[in-house]
Order: sequence, then structure tokens, then C-alpha cells
Amino acid sequence: MLANYLLSFLIWFPIVGGLGLLVIGDGGDTHSSQAKLMRVAALAFTTITFLASVALYLAFNNAEPGMQFVERAPWVEAFNVWYYVGVDGISAPLILLTTFITPLVVIAGWDSIKSRPAQYFAAFLILEGLMIGVFSALDGLLFYVFWEAMLIPMFLIIGVWGGERRVYATLKFFLYTFLGSVLMLVAFIYLYLQTGGFDLFGFMNVSIGMTAQKLIFLAFLIAFAVKVPMWPVHTWLPDAHVEAPTGGSVILAAIMLKMGGYGFVRLSLPIVPDGSAYFSGLMIALSLIAIVYIGFVALMQKDMKKLIAYSSIAHMGFVTLGMFLLWSIAADTGAGLGMTGAMVQMISHGLISGAMFLCVGVMYDRMHSRQIADYGGVANTMPVFAAFMVLFSMANAGLPGTSGFVGEFMVIVASFKANFWYAFLAATTLILGAAYTLWMVKRVLYGDVANDNVAELTDLNSREFIVLAILAASVLLVGLWPAPLVDMMNTTIEQLMQQIAQSKL
Amino acid sequence: MYNYYLTIVLAPLAAAIIAGLAGKQIGRAGAHWVTIFGVGISCALSLLVLKNMFWGGAQAENISVYLWAVTDGLHMEVGFLVDRLTALMMCVVTFVSLMVHIYTIGYMHEDPGYQRFFSYISLFTFSMLMLVMSNNFLQLFFGWEAVGLVSYLLIGFWFKKETAIFANLKAFLVNRVGDFGFILGIAGVVMFTGSLDYATVFGSAESVAGQTLEVLPGSPWNAMTVICILLFIGAMGKSAQAPLHVWLPDSMEGPTPISALIHAATMVTAGIFMVARMSPLFELSTAALGFVIIIGSVTAFFMGLLGIVQNDIKRVVAYSTLSQLGYMTVALGASAYSAAIFHLMTHAFFKALLFLAAGSVIIAMHHEQDIRKMGGIRKYMPITYWTSLVGSLALIGFPGSSGFFSKDLLIEAVKESHWHHGATAGDQLTYWIAYLSVLLGVFVTALYSFRMFFLVFHGKERMDAETKSHLHETPAVVTVPLILLAIPSAVIGWFTVGPVLFGDYFGDAIQVQSAHDVLAHMGEAWHGSLGLLTHAWQTPVFWLAAAGVFVAWFLYLKRPDIPETIKDKVSPLYNLLDRKYYFDDLYIKGFAAGGRNLGKFLWQKGDELIIDGILVNGTAKAVGRLAGVMRQIQTGYLYTYAFAMIIGLTMLLGWLIWLR
Repeated sequence: MLANYLLSFLIWFPIVGGLGLLVIGDGGDTHSSQAKLMRVAALAFTTITFLASVALYLAFNNAEPGMQFVERAPWVEAFNVWYYVGVDGISAPLILLTTFITPLVVIAGWDSIKSRPAQYFAAFLILEGLMIGVFSALDGLLFYVFWEAMLIPMFLIIGVWGGERRVYATLKFFLYTFLGSVLMLVAFIYLYLQTGGFDLFGFMNVSIGMTAQKLIFLAFLIAFAVKVPMWPVHTWLPDAHVEAPTGGSVILAAIMLKMGGYGFVRLSLPIVPDGSAYFSGLMIALSLIAIVYIGFVALMQKDMKKLIAYSSIAHMGFVTLGMFLLWSIAADTGAGLGMTGAMVQMISHGLISGAMFLCVGVMYDRMHSRQIADYGGVANTMPVFAAFMVLFSMANAGLPGTSGFVGEFMVIVASFKANFWYAFLAATTLILGAAYTLWMVKRVLYGDVANDNVAELTDLNSREFIVLAILAASVLLVGLWPAPLVDMMNTTIEQLMQQIAQSKL
Repeated sequence: MYNYYLTIVLAPLAAAIIAGLAGKQIGRAGAHWVTIFGVGISCALSLLVLKNMFWGGAQAENISVYLWAVTDGLHMEVGFLVDRLTALMMCVVTFVSLMVHIYTIGYMHEDPGYQRFFSYISLFTFSMLMLVMSNNFLQLFFGWEAVGLVSYLLIGFWFKKETAIFANLKAFLVNRVGDFGFILGIAGVVMFTGSLDYATVFGSAESVAGQTLEVLPGSPWNAMTVICILLFIGAMGKSAQAPLHVWLPDSMEGPTPISALIHAATMVTAGIFMVARMSPLFELSTAALGFVIIIGSVTAFFMGLLGIVQNDIKRVVAYSTLSQLGYMTVALGASAYSAAIFHLMTHAFFKALLFLAAGSVIIAMHHEQDIRKMGGIRKYMPITYWTSLVGSLALIGFPGSSGFFSKDLLIEAVKESHWHHGATAGDQLTYWIAYLSVLLGVFVTALYSFRMFFLVFHGKERMDAETKSHLHETPAVVTVPLILLAIPSAVIGWFTVGPVLFGDYFGDAIQVQSAHDVLAHMGEAWHGSLGLLTHAWQTPVFWLAAAGVFVAWFLYLKRPDIPETIKDKVSPLYNLLDRKYYFDDLYIKGFAAGGRNLGKFLWQKGDELIIDGILVNGTAKAVGRLAGVMRQIQTGYLYTYAFAMIIGLTMLLGWLIWLR
């Protein structure tokens, strides 16, 4: 019985919790017992949501390629809009990622949020529900509503709790992503006129002419490329990250960027396969540019958050590369490997980028600086923290045994089959990724104590330790034994690959 | 045997985790006992495995441990392939590691990072065992990168030292350049065989060799050649072959025990091991073998020359390591894989010995490493002196020592190799480059080895009085490992050369095509260790080595003024050697600075100027400007709107009346 509404619970429970927090508030005093209660409540809501997602994982059937936990009810009958949700092997891991990261963000913001804590946590709770909504919506309009609604809490998180240039960053973030998604709505309306409803499966099954497929692909591309973000529509991300509070950066990098990749898999590839095939060369080229060009740009960043933001763009290049290799590879010889790699890379990047932003947050809370030049020799005063940061940096550089390796390896192997030079360019990440990450590690962690501020640093408190330890364990687990994650995806990806291979003209 | 293998791998890992995470709780003694215990178990069981293979007739085992992931028909597993090649490597790794663990108690006893150090070296042992025991390419790559990680952590162990953290970043990045090739090679293997498993890949090797890959449009290359060269680029990084050798001398910034363990005896030989393991693939591409032998020759000779001008005791040994790795690579290229592995084994013992002896001198000299400030240490440190002598003699191939058998036969194998008997001019050229390199390298090796030996242990005592007054032999935890390593350095060649090189010890583990099988050919004339020894003085190798020792004695003990004169007379040549052929300058000023400039250009011109400046903010400004114009129209005054309405109405009416 409960299982029938598990997805709705995952979506609405945190949203209701968040609204509750907003209504009650912290009483205007961040140190009041009421404010403390709100923190505990936020942790309780996110933890319960996580436990519910564990139940979803346990009940999930890996052998089923189609949708599970489906709920369907009429919403706006005049336009044939349904409240229609469900998960498969592509969306379920992303939902687990969302519910896993959010409680960690709540713990990480426990003391470091000094103003309006209740509203801050409320924004994250609401955001969590909306993101789960995006990953489970199977009705186009419902998807669109969640997609756009998600922007509002993130807009507020950056705009209210952000840094000095937050107004510029929020506007840039909002306009970039909003302009992108409006075109998606246009595509949805066209598809609605063709099918008489917003059912995504209806969209997938209707045959569409080539010109229309190309236009729809481009409309989707603009919406999703901004989110991923793909070169050259990526410049909002470094600014947004730099101004966002730590928790905002973590959610942005770990989960919101995955919306773009998810959109390609859920909408572009199955709805307009011929359009996707037509533009696959462009997609591969943009992905490779992201990997190489952005790798060089990341090398020269002076701000740690910007560096990690650029590294995110380069890593997300593997996601889009893996997804669009299909048409460059002879049939049945390993295109699925690229797709699996792309999906694993999304999960892994969620863990690693989240951890990296938390590491910067730990230092920022103490020093109030993100500039690499202000640091040096942090390992002397924060040895435990340094151990964690080296681990996450190695994961960021794609070291085998960490989750960062799994997806990159699969995508590189798959791209070699497509074209030697694709693999050649993609594999430069081995050098570039190590160069920009470890050069930062050298300048920040190693060396003698650089200045008095570094000398006075104190090592991790138990709250920070727990958050980083949980992430470290998950990065190692996925790196050493990715089978449970990959098994979840396999049948769905197999079916997806067959679906994409069939022309819809 | 499955449980044995698992224990061999996991004991050092468990010890590393305990020493690393609970270092404070178990204390310094706790840390060294738990790690020594862990690696001790590994060593004992490895010896048992070898014994079962060698005398017990145990067969090679191929065991899957767990399924890492499977997707799209590609099985990715963790598993062990334990055959005679693996068993030998396991023993070398764990034995040298055990010696280094014990030695570390003495070397690091004042260091605040004591527990961390033991944790790292045990983690290294685990990683190296994963590498050599792997039965598939994925786990090989895991071990490959994991030893690179520990090497990075250990070179930068003293992370306050600017030179150390420069060296560890450099080492990691240069290795990554090699790994870049390596991962592409693995991708190629998957493309052509659809598998990562050694057995499956080797089984379909023949069919791969018949296929082509168009790397450049219009020029199809043999797929096996492409794969093997890509894999070998990985070996060039890890085994520090020119031109990817630059990281190894700098890695001497790390503590000496790890220079012995990682940067001499084991990790740097991973590339040699890998090529030997891949012999079924390399044998199918003569072009790849040619590439291997040329790279090895260049490294063997030219890196040895650099050892002559170094004054840092550890760097001399480091260049010697580069040169010896070149020797092993040459043997691989000559299809004498067994000879390469045999030299790898003897080299592991005597080079670990030389490094640890150098470390012993460094302890006694209070961390002075400049050999110009040493001299006459012989009488203060007799054990270090005699063990160093054993190590140096083995290194130069003194008759009877382990190095004699491995090096002499390696050179012989090059001489008899298929390159010599090849029909084409290219084959002959390859042969002469390789043969002259390894032959003249013998003289160079003897020269730099005994230059160092004489400068450190003989001649005038050049250290200051303060240091001299404290000079004495190091404690037993240091000298016992020296003695235990000196024994195999001296004698192991005598016992093992017959079975390993000519007795088909490796069996199926190493596969050589009959046309390439130089060792089988040499085996027909093999009359045992004694036979080789009695003819030792007839070979050019002996006389070249003797000449090297003599020249070293003459130049550095008898007439130390001559080297100074030579330095002044041929300063361009000296500078070339002193600047290490300008490789570092090229990489740092060329690639590293070039990469940074490119990054800066793309960031400031691409992202900030074009994308943000013109496209994004330009659009925003254009919209703003347009809005500004539109705003002019919306004045808010009633008469403006009325006027606009009248004009519009007039135009509309005019159009209706006159144009229709």
C-alpha cells in the first residue's frame, strides 16, 4: 500500500516539511531554541526522505526495464495533463543521489548559516522535493513545472545567502537557465498538438518528421546544455558557484547539473532519435571541447570554487560524450558502455564535486577566503582535513578505486571504438584533471605554513568529519564495487539503446 | 591456494589501514610491528607459493575474486592470475618490502610522521601485489595507478619541503602522461577483443594482429602495433624510460627507504613486468618491439652518462636505476623477456641494497648527501662499506655476482637476437644501436658506480670536524637489512640463472615466437653457471667493467685534478650532462608553461572576453539598450500616445483608401 505512494512521499514530504519550516520560522533569533529545533527538524525530514529512498532501492527490481512505482492521476483534464510519476534504472540512482546529498548539506550548514536558518533549510527541503519531482515526472507538463519551480529556491539560496556579487550571479543563472527552458516548453506544446497529451511515452511513440525532430532537438539542447553546462553556455556556472553558499554549491554541482544529462536521456534521445543522430557529431565535438578547453581553463583559476566549477564542466563533458557515441559505433559493440559510463559519471560527479565544495566550505568558514594564494601548508594545521581533501582530489583526478574512475574509464573505452581521436582527446583528462586538481592541492595543503591565518586553523570538528567521512566512504564504495549501481541501470539502458536505434521518421 | 593469495594481498592492506587510521592509538612501535607483521605474512606465503611452483609442480591459477561491474557484455572483474612470473614478482616485492620496513625503524625513528610512513609503505605493498597478481587489464590499471598514488604521497612525505612537493607533482603528472597512453592501449584491447581478461585477450591475439586501425585517415596501421606501443607508453612513464624519465631523479626528494623500495626495486619495474606479461601481444608486432628496444637503448646509455656528473649520493644511484631499467627494456625488445625479468630480480636486490647503504651513509652524515663532502668513511662504517662493495660489484657485473649473470646474459641475448639476424638494414641498425648501448653502458656503469664508491668510502676525509666526530656505524635495524640484501645480491644469480633463463622456468607465462626465441638458442650452448664464470674474462663485458673501475680509481682517487680540468676543457659537454640534456627545461618551460599560457588565453580571451564579454553581457547590454529606446516611446504623457494614435490611424486610413 505504502509502496504505491512511495514516489509521491519522496516528492512531497520534504516540500511539506520545508513549508512547515517557513511558516514556523526561527523567531528572528539564530541562537534561539526554536532555530535549533528547526535545524533538527530539517535534518529529520531529510533523513526520513533518505530512508524512504532506501526503501525504494530495496524494492526496486533491477530486471524490469520499464517504469516502476508508477502513480497516475488526472491533473488538468481539459488539457489531458496528468500527475504521472515513475522511476526506472536511469532515474532511480539520481533520486538516491539527491536524497543522499541533501541531509549532508543540512549537516554542513548547521552552524555556518548565521542568518535566517529556518528559511535556509526550508529552501533546501523544498528544492529536494522539486528535484525528485523532475527525476520522476513522466508527464511533460509536470516535468516542466518541477523543472522551472526548482529554479526559485536555488535563486533564493544564492540571492539571499550568497557572496558579494550575488545579484549579478543570480541574474545570470536565472536568465541563462530560464531562457533555455522556455524553448523546451515550446517543444512540449508542439508535441502536445501532435499527440493530444503530455504523456512522455506518447511523445516517444509518435512519429515525427526530420525537420521537426531537428528543431525539437535544438530546443531541448538549449534547455539541457545550459544545465549541464556544455561549452559555450557554461559561463554562468563559475559565477553562480563562487557566489553561492557552500550548501548551494553542493546541490548545484551534485544534483542540478545532472538535470541536463537526465534531460538528454529521458527526452532528447528517445523522443527525437533521428534528430539526436543528426546532431550527434556536434554533441561529441562540444563534449570534447568541454573536456580539453575547460581543462586548460581550470588550470589557471585562482579561486578554488571557480576551479572546481570548471572541473565540473570538464567532467560533465564525459556525460554528454558517453551519451552521444551511439551513432559512431558499429551496432551492438559497446555503445551501451558509453551510456552506462555517462550515467555512472553523473552519480560519481555528484559525490566528488559535492565533497570538493564541502572541503572548500570547511576552509572558507575558517579563513573567509576562497583564493588559493591565501592558503599554503594547511596540512600542517589540519592534517585530518588534508587527508580527506587529498582523497577527494584524487577522485576528482579519476584515480582507479574511487568513483571518479569508473565512468571515465567506460566512456574512454567506448569512445575508442567510435574513433581513436575521440578517445585521445577524452583521455587528456588523465593529465589535465591531475594537473589542475593536484596543483591546487600543492598550493593549498602542502608547503610550510604560509601565514598566521593558516597557523591558527583548527582541524575538522566532529560534524564536518562525519559529513566528509560519509562522502569518502561512498566515493570508495562506488570506486571499488560499482556493480550494484551498474546493475540498477543495465536493463533500462539496454532497452533505451534499442529504442534510440529505431528511426521514428 | 585462494585463501593464501587473498591473505598475501590483504595482510599489508589491513596493516596499512590500522597504522594509518589508528596510528595515534597504537603508537610508533605498534605501527611498525603491525605493518612488519602484515608484510611478513605476505612474504612468507609468497615464498611458499614460489616453492610450490618451483619444486611442488603447482600449476598456474586463474581465479576470479569478485565482479567489479558488468555492462553491455563487458565483464570487469577483480581476480588473480598466479603463475611462475607472478610468483617470482610476489617474492621480490614482499622480500624487499620487508627489508625496507625493518630498515625504516632505524631511518625514520625521529620523524614525527612515523606511523603515516609505515601506513604508506604497507599500502604500497598491497598496491604492487594487486598489480602483479592481476588477471585482467582493469585491475592492472588499478594497481598501476595505486602505486603511482603511494609514490606521490611518499615523494611528498616531507610536505613542508618545497622541492619535495614539486617533485611529487612532477612525478604524478609525468606518470599520467604514460598512463594516458596506457589507458588508450587498454581501450584498444577492448575494442579488438571485447574483453579485459588476460586469458581471453591472449587467446584472440592472433586475430587482432590481422586487423588494422586507421589512426590517421588513409593509413591503416596494424592494430597490434598500435595497441602495444600505447601500452608501452604506459611502461615508459612508470619505468622512467626516456623521454618520460625526468620524474625519477627528482623522486629522490622522498625518504631513502622508499627510494629503495619504490623507485628502484619494485614500482619502477612494473613497466618491465607489464611488457613481459603482455609477451603474447608484443611478440606479434615487430614494429612495437623495435620501438621498445630503441627507447631502452637510449635510456640505458644516455641516462648512465648522467650518473657520472651527479654529486648527490642518491641521484647517482637514481641515474643508475634509469640506466638499468633501460637494460631491462632492451632485453624486452630483443624478445628475451626472461632475461629482462631475471635482471629485474637481481637488480631489485642489489639496487635496494645500494639505496639502503646510501641511506645508512646519509644517517651517519647527518643528512648530508653531497659526495664531495664525504670520503674515507670506510673505516667508520665497515658493514655499510662491505655491503656497498657487494652491491656495487653486482651492479657492474663482477664475475660471480648476481649482476654478472643477469647482465652478461642480457647483453649476450641482444647480440644473438633476431635483430642481429634480421634481413633488412633497419634490423641491423636497430641491432647496432642496442648492442653498442648496452656494451658501452657497462663501462659507464662501472665508472659512475666506483666514482661514487671511491669518493664516499676512500680517499681524503672531506667532511667537517663536527660531522666526523659523530661518524659511526648505523644500528642493527639498518645494517641487518643491508646484510640480508647483500647475500642474494652476491649469490642468487649463481643458483637461479640456469633454471630461470634456460630451464623454461616461466613456462607458458612468457610466450616467445620461435623465430625470436634467442634464449632457447643460447640455451643450446649453456653449460651451467660455472661454465659461464670460467669464461668471464674472455668477454668484452668484463674488460669494459674493469676499465671503468680503473678509470674511476685513476680519476677520482689518484689524480682528482684531472676531472676538474676535463670539466673546464669540455664545458659544453659537461653542461649538457649537468643540465640533463635540457629535458627538464624543455618540459618546464615548454609544456608546463605552455599549458599555463594556453589556459590563461582560453580563460581570459575565450571565456571572459568572447563568451561572457561579447555574447552574454553583450546580449544583456543590447537588450538593455533596446529597452532604453523603447522606454523613450513610453513617455507616460497622454499627448504622446494621442499623437501616435493619430499618426497610426492616418497611415492605416491612407493605406485603405489609396492602395486598395
